[in-house]
Order: sequence, then structure tokens, then C-alpha cells
Amino acid sequence: MIGEAAIRAGCRFYAGYPITPQNELTEYMARSMDNIEDGTFVQAESEIAAINMVIGASMAGARAMTSSSSPGISLKQEGISFLAAQELPAVIVNTMRGGPGLGNIAPSQGDYFQATRGGGHGDYRTIVLAPDSGQELADLTRTAFEYADKYRSPVLMLADGMMGQMMEPVVFPEPIDVSLLPHKPWTLGGAEGRPSRIILSLLLNPAKQEELNWKLERKYETITREIPKAEKYMTDDAHLAVIAYGTAARIAKGAVKRVREMGLKVGLFRPITLWPYPKNDLRDLSRHIRDFLVFEMNTGQMVEDVKLSLEGKSNVHFYGRPGGTISTPDEIAKMINTLYHRQNLEEE
Amino acid sequence: MKKTVFAGFGGQGVLMMGYAFAMAVMNDGKHITYLPAYGAEMRGGTANCTVAVSDEEIFSPVASAPDYAVILSNPSLIKYESMINNGGTVFINSSLVTKEVSRDDIHIVKVPAGDMARKLRNERISNMIMLGAFVSGSQLTSMESILDALAEITKGKKATLMKSNKKGLDAGAEYVLQGV
Repeated sequence: MIGEAAIRAGCRFYAGYPITPQNELTEYMARSMDNIEDGTFVQAESEIAAINMVIGASMAGARAMTSSSSPGISLKQEGISFLAAQELPAVIVNTMRGGPGLGNIAPSQGDYFQATRGGGHGDYRTIVLAPDSGQELADLTRTAFEYADKYRSPVLMLADGMMGQMMEPVVFPEPIDVSLLPHKPWTLGGAEGRPSRIILSLLLNPAKQEELNWKLERKYETITREIPKAEKYMTDDAHLAVIAYGTAARIAKGAVKRVREMGLKVGLFRPITLWPYPKNDLRDLSRHIRDFLVFEMNTGQMVEDVKLSLEGKSNVHFYGRPGGTISTPDEIAKMINTLYHRQNLEEE
Repeated sequence: MKKTVFAGFGGQGVLMMGYAFAMAVMNDGKHITYLPAYGAEMRGGTANCTVAVSDEEIFSPVASAPDYAVILSNPSLIKYESMINNGGTVFINSSLVTKEVSRDDIHIVKVPAGDMARKLRNERISNMIMLGAFVSGSQLTSMESILDALAEITKGKKATLMKSNKKGLDAGAEYVLQGV
């Protein structure tokens, strides 16, 4: 789904190195890029090689993408830091699996910190998008390429093993005409007839480095103003809201539906951008909701952003299942039910 | 919502059965999810997939309590027998599965798919026999939809493939109908 959506979004360069549970994407790109004029697919010799090929393709002006799963994404972090420093657009897909270390190949959300806190070295941010279904994988892939170009920044798609393996019906957006994309005046495509350009990340003069850091920071402030996005589901009259993203949000939605049938006033808040975090939307919600239950497929990572957003003004509870285990909607419904009554929310 | 698990070992066409069924119900206009799970081995490892079919949005594609199970190996029966929903149905390839079902609150449909396939001189269609039996027994989709889906999946391959697939599907469906 990401593969087809990427090609339709004008992606003309893909480099990757195989790792489960995301080989379907690499395989799709291998088959499809071949049929596309100017399309390039490279099975690189390593994850590190792949991200560096993406850096090169991006410098040359192409919409470029690489993908991997957790341990492979760790290897790409140096390259992501370079993309950020050199202000190069690129899309990186992480299909998260159980970790740390090699972990396993089951769906997990263990890489939230790595994704939203930069992951690589240096003072930078990465835009992080969190799809929760096949349809959103397709839609957000388009958005990812648009943000990457608009903000000249790496954009990370944070999916998981469930989305990497599952199939479901999807309506793809119409393909774009690559020749109509806005001209990029900074690319390196040969300097004949014009002064040469340099894209680099080595700034030995601290004053120059500081200048870049503040420039990036101003950009991140713009991004933080412009793109935070979240879905609210049945939150208008809710006394309690579950906060979850990706596959966890999908399962939580099923749980919310179940407890609603039991008469509990519960909603779901689903961040779609994980960085920038949709703080304002969450704060708005906290005006009428006092209790939040954060559900993640890890031991508690996004819960920190929830607490930072709410600044201690609400009760933040947490339920997590790490290691690649997948909760059922029933299990979450039970958690909600227990919490709801413990907090005496039925009396409000 | 109805969830079905197809389970056996790698090389039996377990994922193919689920995929064809998923395609068929998708073309019927239903919400569906198809979730495969398999070992790293090309053959011999465990393989299973879950297909959820619903008129509404599907929240969890995982089979925690499947309504139907199509079982092609002893270990798969052991794994899924206790998980099947009360009143659910298990379709068993009795040519391969020697273990007996110990529950009495689920329906059991035994299909000697291996022997039937050998009689049709094509052992490779035993998964199609099981799929035919499942479609006819569950009524979750029509035989026409399955055939259309298979034609779409095998497009560009030898035409004889579709012919033998149809032979298998028909044999499985007929076996179940006669039994009822």
C-alpha cells in the first residue's frame, strides 16, 4: 500500500535492505519501479547504504524513500541526522517490530522515543506520521512526500508489523504528474552556466552551526504551528478518553465502541502526527475530560507527551503491552471499564 | 462480523485459501482484513491467516475467537481448537489431521481432502477442496465470487490452473452438500 501510494506521490527513487515484517514493500518497489520511466530501485548492501543513496537522490531532486523495521531503522539514524542538517526531503518508513535488540517480527510500538526525539545525533526534529489502517497508509504516504518537500525535511512514517503484513481494501489517490511538481532551486544537477552549489553538514565555525540550528528551529516552529493532526472519536460527551495511535488506536476504537454499548461515556483521541504532537487539540479536550487512559504497544513512551501536553492538569493513566503482543478490543474494554468505575466517572 | 482462521504448514496453500476468500468478500462489497502469519521457512513451518468479514469497520484483524477455522494439520488443530467461538465450525482435512476434536459445542466438518485430491489425480488441489467445502458450509460468500477472485489472482498463469482449481472447489462444495 505504501509502495503504490509512494509511486503515485511521485517517488522515483527507492533503496532498501530486506527485513521482516516489511519485505512486502521492498518487493513491491522492486517490481513496480521497473515499469516507471525514471524510476530507480536499489536493493542496497546494507541499511546504511540505502539511506545514503536516498541522501544522494534527494540532493539530485528526486522524491526518494527508504524503508526498514526497527533494528534497520537504528542503522539509518546517522543518515536521517544528515538529511535534517542538509535540509533534504526524504520519506523513511519504519514498520516497527518487537525490541530492543533484534527482538522479534511481531507488531510493536517500541520505537516511539526514537522516532519523535530525533533518533540520530544533533539538534533536530523529524516529522512523524502514524497511520492506523491500510487506507491511511496510502493517504499519509502522499502527505509525507508533500511535507518532506514543503519543509525540506525527512518525514518518518511510523507503522508496525500488523500494518506491514495485513491486507485490506484501499482507494488510492490519483497519481500526480511529477513534471508539475514545484522546481527545487537548491538541487545538485550539474552547474553548467550557473554558479556551483554546495550541500554540506560540516560547519566547523560554531557561529555558522548556530545560525543553521536557529534556522532549523524556526522551521520546526512553523511545522509545529501548521501540521499537528489528531482524530477525535466520540469525545464530545465523554468523561474518559483513550489516547492511542496506529494499530493500538484501531484496537482501542473497537473497545470504545464496546463500552459505549454498555452505556459508558468514553471516547478516543488518536494523534496522527506524533511530532509535532497535537498538544492543543488534547488540551481542548481536557477542558471537559478529566481522565485519560493512554494505551500503547510498549511499556510507556507516548504517555510522556500526553503528560507534557496536559501539564499535570488531568489524570493520566497508562496501559501497555510490549514485546509484539497484540491486545484484543475486549481486553482494552475491560481496562476502560475498571478505570471508569474506580474513578467514579458514572456519577458525573 | 465473522472471523475465519486458515491454518496448516507452509506449502499447503493455506495463505492462498485465505487470500482468495478475502478477495472474494472484498469484491462482494464487505469490509475485510487479511492477516497472514508464517514462519521464516519456505516449506514445513507453521502458516496461518485470519480473514475478518464485516458490514462495518473492522477494529481488530486478529482472531481471538474465530467463528470458522479451516485446519490442515495436527498442530493447527491443537492451537486453534480451544479458541473457536461457541457454535463455531471447524473444517478439517481428515486425510492429514488424525487428532480428534474434544469440544462438543462446535460443529465439525471433516473433509478427506487429501484422498479426494489424489482421486482427482492432483494432490496440489487439496487446499481448493477445503476452500470449496468452507465456502459451501459457511455461506460467507458465493462460489462465483471465489472463482472470480481466483481468476484475478492467477491472471497471466496457465489456464489449466484455473480448471484444476475449479475441479477442487466443486468437489469440496459437493462433499459438504451431500453430507448435510
